[in-house]
Amino acid sequence: MLHFELVTPAKLVRSESVHMVVVPGTEGEFGVLEGHAPFMSTIRDGAVQVYRTAGGAPELIEVRGGFAEVGDNGLTVLAEHVEG
Amino acid sequence: MASLKELKGRINSVKSTQKITKAKQMVAAAKLRKAQAAAEAARPYADRLATVMASLAGRIAGQDNAPMLLRGTGNAQRHLLVVANSDKGLAGAFNSNIVRAALTKARELEKAGKTVEFYLVGRKGRPVIRRAYPNAIGQMFDTTDVREPGYAEAERIANELIDMYAAGRFDVAHLFFSRFKSALTQVPTTQQIIPVPAPETPVAESGAVVDYEPGEEEILEELLPRYLKTQIFGALLENQASEQGASMTAMDNATRNAGDLINKLTIQYNRSRQAAITTELIEIIAGAEAL
Repeated sequence: MLHFELVTPAKLVRSESVHMVVVPGTEGEFGVLEGHAPFMSTIRDGAVQVYRTAGGAPELIEVRGGFAEVGDNGLTVLAEHVEG
Repeated sequence: MASLKELKGRINSVKSTQKITKAKQMVAAAKLRKAQAAAEAARPYADRLATVMASLAGRIAGQDNAPMLLRGTGNAQRHLLVVANSDKGLAGAFNSNIVRAALTKARELEKAGKTVEFYLVGRKGRPVIRRAYPNAIGQMFDTTDVREPGYAEAERIANELIDMYAAGRFDVAHLFFSRFKSALTQVPTTQQIIPVPAPETPVAESGAVVDYEPGEEEILEELLPRYLKTQIFGALLENQASEQGASMTAMDNATRNAGDLINKLTIQYNRSRQAAITTELIEIIAGAEAL
């Protein structure tokens, strides 16, 4: 499972284990699964798609401004604003 | 000796003052809890950002093409002092401590031959700084219409600062605020915010090569303003917690002092009453004996 964290300046929005997350990067969307190589990208305004299970329907979280980081401890999305 | 009626009036007025200070103390205690929770909640973002900043800045710092926010303007002549105060009083020495730290720094810089300009956040520091430096107050950021300065305010302050920096209005910016240690101690703190000092978090090199998209410089370029905002946001949160802490302590003292005063006045009141009764009795007895 992939450890996924969504953080805004005001609070830690999500911290959970999920199957896959699709992030709207500035240079195109990218999906992150467990074991992804270290990677960092800025993100554009859009929806982060969280797939809890393989083949399940994604949960959409609107984010604005920020960047995503993939490291040894999973994916961290730092967003300035999160809707909802 | 004050008359009985006067004493009673004073006791009542001190009692109502005590009610006010007690209420304010309880409000501050509740708000302190909230402010601490907010500061706690902001920590993960700040930590993550600092880690990323540290690893990126370490790579790029020292290069000629590093962004100006990181590299500086090349000299350190004009200093901007960003002073974060609150809008309300009743918080003991909270505001004056911050202002004092800022003024000390300003004098130090002036002695070294630098120019000083102020950027004030919040209402309370204005009169004091204006008296000391009538012509050095550049801009003021008004927070009177917001209940609790939050990220939106930090964002606006940071953007204004970045614009001023880009326009070449100053070379170095310092931020003055109060760091929250506990409800009893708040430490006035100075922090350089522009040029952005690289965070000192030890870089945990995992050995793996990190892919950057678009590129390291572009990411850093975008990261720096964000980092600045987070720094200011953190300072605002610390300030808020400090203000409530200071307020709580000050109001606790005030309540206790009012209590002491009430006791003293009550004793005085009882004594006067006793004296009046004794005098009356003596008069009656003397009158009866004369018959």
